[in-house]
Amino acid sequence: MLIALTLVWAPLTKADTLIADLSSHLIAITTGFKGTDLLMFGAIDAPGDIVVVVQGPLTSIIVRKKERVAGVWVNQANITFENIPSFYAIASSKPIEQILSPETQKQLNIGIENVPMKVDGELTPEEEKQFHDALIANKRLQELYYTDIARVNFMGRELFRTNIFFPSNVPTGDYVVDIMLVRDKNVVGVQRTPLVVSKVGFGAEIFDFAHQQKWFYGSLSICLAIFGGGVGYVFFRRR
Amino acid sequence: MQVYLPIAELSLDVFLLLVLGGLVGFISGISGIGASFLMTPILIFIGIPSPVAVASQANQVVATSLSGTLSQWSRGNIDFKMGGILLIGGMAGSSLGVWLFGLLAKIGQADLVVAISYIFCLGSIGLLMLWESIRSLFKKMIKPSTKVRLPFYQRPWIQTLPLKRNFPKSKLYISICLPMTIGFGVGLLSAIMGVGGSFLLVPAMIYLLGMPITVVVGTSLFQMVFVTANVTLQQAIQNQSVDILLAAILMIGGVVGTQWGTKLSGKIRGEYVRFGFSLLMLGVCVGLANELLVKPSAIYSIRTIGELR
Repeated sequence: MLIALTLVWAPLTKADTLIADLSSHLIAITTGFKGTDLLMFGAIDAPGDIVVVVQGPLTSIIVRKKERVAGVWVNQANITFENIPSFYAIASSKPIEQILSPETQKQLNIGIENVPMKVDGELTPEEEKQFHDALIANKRLQELYYTDIARVNFMGRELFRTNIFFPSNVPTGDYVVDIMLVRDKNVVGVQRTPLVVSKVGFGAEIFDFAHQQKWFYGSLSICLAIFGGGVGYVFFRRR
Repeated sequence: MQVYLPIAELSLDVFLLLVLGGLVGFISGISGIGASFLMTPILIFIGIPSPVAVASQANQVVATSLSGTLSQWSRGNIDFKMGGILLIGGMAGSSLGVWLFGLLAKIGQADLVVAISYIFCLGSIGLLMLWESIRSLFKKMIKPSTKVRLPFYQRPWIQTLPLKRNFPKSKLYISICLPMTIGFGVGLLSAIMGVGGSFLLVPAMIYLLGMPITVVVGTSLFQMVFVTANVTLQQAIQNQSVDILLAAILMIGGVVGTQWGTKLSGKIRGEYVRFGFSLLMLGVCVGLANELLVKPSAIYSIRTIGELR
């Protein structure tokens, strides 16, 4: 996408200065984590519009379709989409169609429908589109793909800010945040900044423990249950 | 107050989980039969990935079964010999069940098999229990049947099975093949459905083995401690799907609810409890059947490769 950006970049002029940053480059998932808003902000030299795209780490996702077999709904056809973002959100100072043409959007993969999704499977183009739409719909239900485009607000002509919400089931890993300056239907500047989402603290230790010391973790879970059961019995015994 | 569950990878309200655990525990205590078949679907419904729901529920049941077992043991209501045989079968069955579940999940048919198992078990046991409790409630109105059917355990072909042993506590002299097979079957289904299995084991003990009622609850709880502990361990090793934090919160609610329910169980007529219980079973069965046969909630489902959901 960065290569595509350089191709549509208008020649840089002094008025194309864009600076931007995030309130934090780490979203730490702690024990009390219930989702969080991340603040993005910056400044530009001369009037323009801002588009922000946040993408989570790339994953592969299987989409399965149920069909009726002998009266029973069973998973039948399935395809795997590879190299697709596990999280995707957009913010913009104006509705995207007002500031960027559909071609530019497609070229720059702005908008989840424009993100290329490599398919590993054999289906007709219509079926592929159905699976593709189902994937996006499901991810939207999980709140991991945006349903509404967030608003980038300008304070005065130069300072801008926006909030992107990350729900509690947000995938961990390295994210990419692209903050783009748009003028005259062209992207004239971009600031790419990293973001990391990671489990921190007690929850992270439990997760690592479960994956690295499986036998020990399993045995410990059982011991905890035995302890809990025993305490429960003793505590209520005084009948 | 929200808590982030590290294996389920989402946050839920602590109070909600405590109340759920307590409610399901209460139903277990008052009926003497486990109600995991309610808990596991509810956990999945509130957004927990099904492998995590199944594994963490198994973990929770270890605790509630143990506290029940200790209660029953203190009253001398456990046939350890029979329980031992049952649990040998149960360990083998549940190990196979966890492995099978993992295999099915990989090919995307786990939900189907789980749903079919639930519908079959809940439907058959639910109907039996409903029929039996209605008959008991209306005993005076129904003419006693003149045809006497031999209880299962006294049928001739059962009597010819080898390896007969004496089970003094249950006052039985039967082949160990029978409880071993029952234990195996219940263990297998427990692992796949993510339940303790007592709603299968208790009727099986009464009708298939002919064990006296006084011993049935305690012995089934005894067997369940080991079988669910095995499921927990296997799930942790094979799928890393046990969420210890989720299990702990459910345990607290569950143990309290079960004890409270057990205290009240003497005060309500058994027939009413079983009637209500069978309605619950049939309700869940109908809900699952609807999802499977009539109208699934989603035609398309997605799963991220490498993750549990």
